Amino acid sequence: MAPFIRIKNVVRRFGDVVAVDNLSLDINKGELFCLLGASGCGKTTLLRMLAGCESVDSGSIEIDGSDMAHVSAADRPVNIMFQNYALFPHMTVANNIAYGLRRAGLPKSEIAERVYELLRLLRLGGMESRKPHQLSGGQRQRVALARSLARRPKLLLLDEPLAALDKKLREDTQFELVDIQERLETTFIVVTHDQEEAMTLASRIGVMDAGKLVQVDAPRILYERPQNQFIADFLGSVTFIDGMVSKVGKGILSIAAAVPITAADTGGFAAGDTVRMAIRPEKILLTRAATGALNEMPVTIEDLAFTGVASNYRVIGPDGLRLKIHQPNQRGAETALEWEEAAFASFDPADVVLLQD
Amino acid sequence: MQGLASIIQTHGRRIVIALPLAWLIVFFMLPLIEVFEVSFTTARRGIPPFAPLWGFGEDGFFTNFNLENYKLLFAYWEDYFWPAGNSLRLAFFSTLICLVFAYPMAWWIARSNPLHRIILLVLVMLPFWTSSLLRIYALIGLLNPNGFINTMLLHLGVIDAPLQMMQTDFSIYMGMVLTYLPLMILPLYAVMVRLDGDLIEAAVDLGASRFAVLRTIILPLTMPGIIAGCLLVFIPAVGEFVIPALLGGPGQAMIGKTVWLEFFRNRDWPVASAVAVVLLALLAVPIIYARYQDGRRSQFEIDQEDAA
Repeated sequence: MAPFIRIKNVVRRFGDVVAVDNLSLDINKGELFCLLGASGCGKTTLLRMLAGCESVDSGSIEIDGSDMAHVSAADRPVNIMFQNYALFPHMTVANNIAYGLRRAGLPKSEIAERVYELLRLLRLGGMESRKPHQLSGGQRQRVALARSLARRPKLLLLDEPLAALDKKLREDTQFELVDIQERLETTFIVVTHDQEEAMTLASRIGVMDAGKLVQVDAPRILYERPQNQFIADFLGSVTFIDGMVSKVGKGILSIAAAVPITAADTGGFAAGDTVRMAIRPEKILLTRAATGALNEMPVTIEDLAFTGVASNYRVIGPDGLRLKIHQPNQRGAETALEWEEAAFASFDPADVVLLQD
Repeated sequence: MQGLASIIQTHGRRIVIALPLAWLIVFFMLPLIEVFEVSFTTARRGIPPFAPLWGFGEDGFFTNFNLENYKLLFAYWEDYFWPAGNSLRLAFFSTLICLVFAYPMAWWIARSNPLHRIILLVLVMLPFWTSSLLRIYALIGLLNPNGFINTMLLHLGVIDAPLQMMQTDFSIYMGMVLTYLPLMILPLYAVMVRLDGDLIEAAVDLGASRFAVLRTIILPLTMPGIIAGCLLVFIPAVGEFVIPALLGGPGQAMIGKTVWLEFFRNRDWPVASAVAVVLLALLAVPIIYARYQDGRRSQFEIDQEDAA
């Protein structure tokens, strides 16, 4: 089966700047796909090209089997939810939601029915005659979502859907968004610069940098097995260690670094290769006494920050090797380590990520 | 000096308001009250050419208060009604023409890049830097039977005889638009430049045609600018005296001219004042009422928001 959305070798330039650089991507029907990247990486341009607000210099975009090259924004089975919601300030909630339906010339009774349905789906009952400025941020966000869903688009594009909400509201809203997406089975593409938002929302994430897709994978794979330094650094916190492969064993690599490191072999390395490794802070165990585990090293606590559920440590090991460690505040844990204290850090060979470039 | 500084510190805000307020009271409100008073007195030969409304003479307090001037307006209403109607007609169509010209211009300026915007706005305001009288004389030079336009058209063989452009409605409209167009453009520009472009994109995304975007999004959201611009043009245009006097024909009776005639030709200040007061009431009352209703509505919305 052909993919629902097929983006093929798409290029978009603004003067000398290549905003989207020969990008290809397939997205399946009913997927909640997330385009993640820092501002200026081209993700919004790609989104706007899908919506038809931006022209394509070369390459093609297909939605549900038909080429979109000569289809105007108004005629595409695509709607956008704008970052600042772009609600019409002079219209009531009901009129905002009905706007697209009126433009499509639907009969009045059907418009009323669909508006009512959306008001219920998005828990906006009783709000229909309010104006946008009389709503809270969360309500405004839901009105924007309702309005963009009203025409029953095949594809919904969401530009930073949660950026304008405060942190607490955001957590509730992201689950709600996923819930609605699953119920409607509409294909969603979310654009965001917030990696946590991308991780919680998406079934697959495409990380963009300088107009190119760097890696496309499920959130867990992206986090646990980043292909390169950019991804590892972009998603969450990480410590990099440089070393050289000294021995290739049975599924195991011995690496000479600041301390000898044993890593699970993911293939493609030979003795003598230089290698950059990445280790997530929460994968490192910090103990007061030595445990005799693999990859253990003596360290001194340099800095620590207690955040409530966890403590973040910065420790210094042999040969000036600095590690970031995230230690959960567990039940019955020994007294926390303090500044300048000596301790041992260890990590599992399977948690050492060997970066490919 | 310490004292002055502390006075400014504590009463600064009041001082800032007090100065223009005093200016308005002395030079705007008092003359208006004077006009109001004069409209209730009797004309007489002398300086000033009207009896005082009230005062203290040999017999104590006296007053010349009477409604004769207003009665006169009613008795000879046709003499005032037609010029007033003509003024309203010319002002109405001048406002309409200004709106039709200014709307796309303001839109274009508001949607240009910020650097161009400044240049274009300066160009809009540039005519204000020359005397309005001068501009009207320049217009006469263009529109005269032996003026530039007629000479050109005759020379090119487009017409055989000069077009009668001066002393017609056309020449008055030309003068009005020339004078008042910037007053329409500026308030329109002010609302258009604040209009969020995402709203238009959102409307297009939801399937709106260009016309639908204009009708359902741009027009309603720029309505405050349309109202402000129309008031700014319409009100002075109704009382306009110079433009019809210089560009209009003798048949163009306008209320501004009527007031002028009463004042200077008849030297009947009380009747002239009465005309001015009636005109003011006819124009100001509906506008103040409309603004009041508008204010009440927005207050109502604010209350609703607080309740939410």
